[in-house]
Amino acid sequence: MKSRLDEATIALRAAREFTDGSVVNLGYGMPGLCSNFIPEGRTVFFQGENGVLGYGALASDAEKDYEMINASDQPVTPAPGMCFFDSAASFDMIRGGHVDTVVLGAYQVSERGDLANWGRPGRPATGMGGGMDLAAGARRVIVTMLHTTRDGEPRIVKECTFPLTARWCVSLVVTDLAVIAVTAEGLVLKETAPGWTFREIQDLTEARLRPSADLKEIEL
Amino acid sequence: MPVNKVFKSCNEAVADIFDGATVMVGGFGSFSGLPVHLIVALARQGAKNLTVIANMGGVGFELTKRIKPEGYYDLGTVFERGQVKKLIASVPALGGMPPDSPFERLYREGKVEVEVVPQGTLAERIRCGAGGLGGFYTPVGVGTVVEKGKEKKVIGGKEYILELPLTADFALIKAHKADTLGNLVYRKTARCFNPVMAMAARVTIVEVDRVVTVGELDPEVIVTPHVYVTRIVEVPK
Repeated sequence: MKSRLDEATIALRAAREFTDGSVVNLGYGMPGLCSNFIPEGRTVFFQGENGVLGYGALASDAEKDYEMINASDQPVTPAPGMCFFDSAASFDMIRGGHVDTVVLGAYQVSERGDLANWGRPGRPATGMGGGMDLAAGARRVIVTMLHTTRDGEPRIVKECTFPLTARWCVSLVVTDLAVIAVTAEGLVLKETAPGWTFREIQDLTEARLRPSADLKEIEL
Repeated sequence: MPVNKVFKSCNEAVADIFDGATVMVGGFGSFSGLPVHLIVALARQGAKNLTVIANMGGVGFELTKRIKPEGYYDLGTVFERGQVKKLIASVPALGGMPPDSPFERLYREGKVEVEVVPQGTLAERIRCGAGGLGGFYTPVGVGTVVEKGKEKKVIGGKEYILELPLTADFALIKAHKADTLGNLVYRKTARCFNPVMAMAARVTIVEVDRVVTVGELDPEVIVTPHVYVTRIVEVPK
């Protein structure tokens, strides 16, 4: 069987989208790994919705300060130029379009770029946190996710059946099998995991995909 | 002479929180910015039927060890004691944790109500309450369960929903330093929800690492002006 990309590789591919000098917010879980893969020669300012802009790498045990965390509750290190602000100011920054890119996890993404990433069966009281604000307010929403559920069901679907985070918000989806752009004409398969064909990926995707004119394997 | 705001203990500072009160609790998610000692005092004090407004519902002492090895008390302690009637939060229960936080257990048993609010909307509703505004229109939540039952308006071709202000009888918050007037400065990401909540309650009670004399804090870096602070308790780290 052909292999799928691991989570670190998915994060590495997503992080290549970060442009020099941009403000990036990383969601809970896999997106957090993106902070390990800032492309060489680029400066990225990480924003945490808990009220920080410009924090550094994850803290080692010796560096841990429990009052210096990212929005996933992980201790991070300070960095020169870093600044703090309160929650209301943080979400002004987010809703007002001052965050260039947000990377979020997802349970489902629809063919129109609807995102479902918070409520799931059996856990009715897990909230959306800052996910709705980020999905609605960031200039560009990138999703990192596994292409299918544990049971092999597609997560890239015609219509989301899980509770929505926001409509029409996703620009790019990076999975363990593919890189898919959400366009006005629908979903475009731009890159595949090594060895996978368009047909094989379509078979694991409920929404219809179109191959990009320059469809290629993900370069790692 | 201004009134003396400095209390000797957290227990004394929370003594008049009454049954049925609405209480804002600062912080963000885990330990950072959480008024841990005031939370413990509230649990000890025992007020019931509380409406709690907080970003997160807490995970309870046992699960906090996954965040900070020695563990700490969070809102879970107040839920465990059956003191809360309703929680208003953006993350009532943490999806990344097992489903057995005190809040989540009570919620499954139908013993606590919840209102789930997007985090930025929660912060802004509190800021509106603090600033005497009647609400605001936001695009966040349009097309989702959040818009249910709310007024919608198209402004400049974009859809918005009306969100209403939040205020409280008491706010329990954490700051780094207070002067004896109640001017506050915060430390790193422990700022989070604390400054907005400080402004939105009738009685704001703050626990600080250190109380200093008036004039010691640089006026240029004071985040919360003293007018918003009612009671101060020093809890050295």
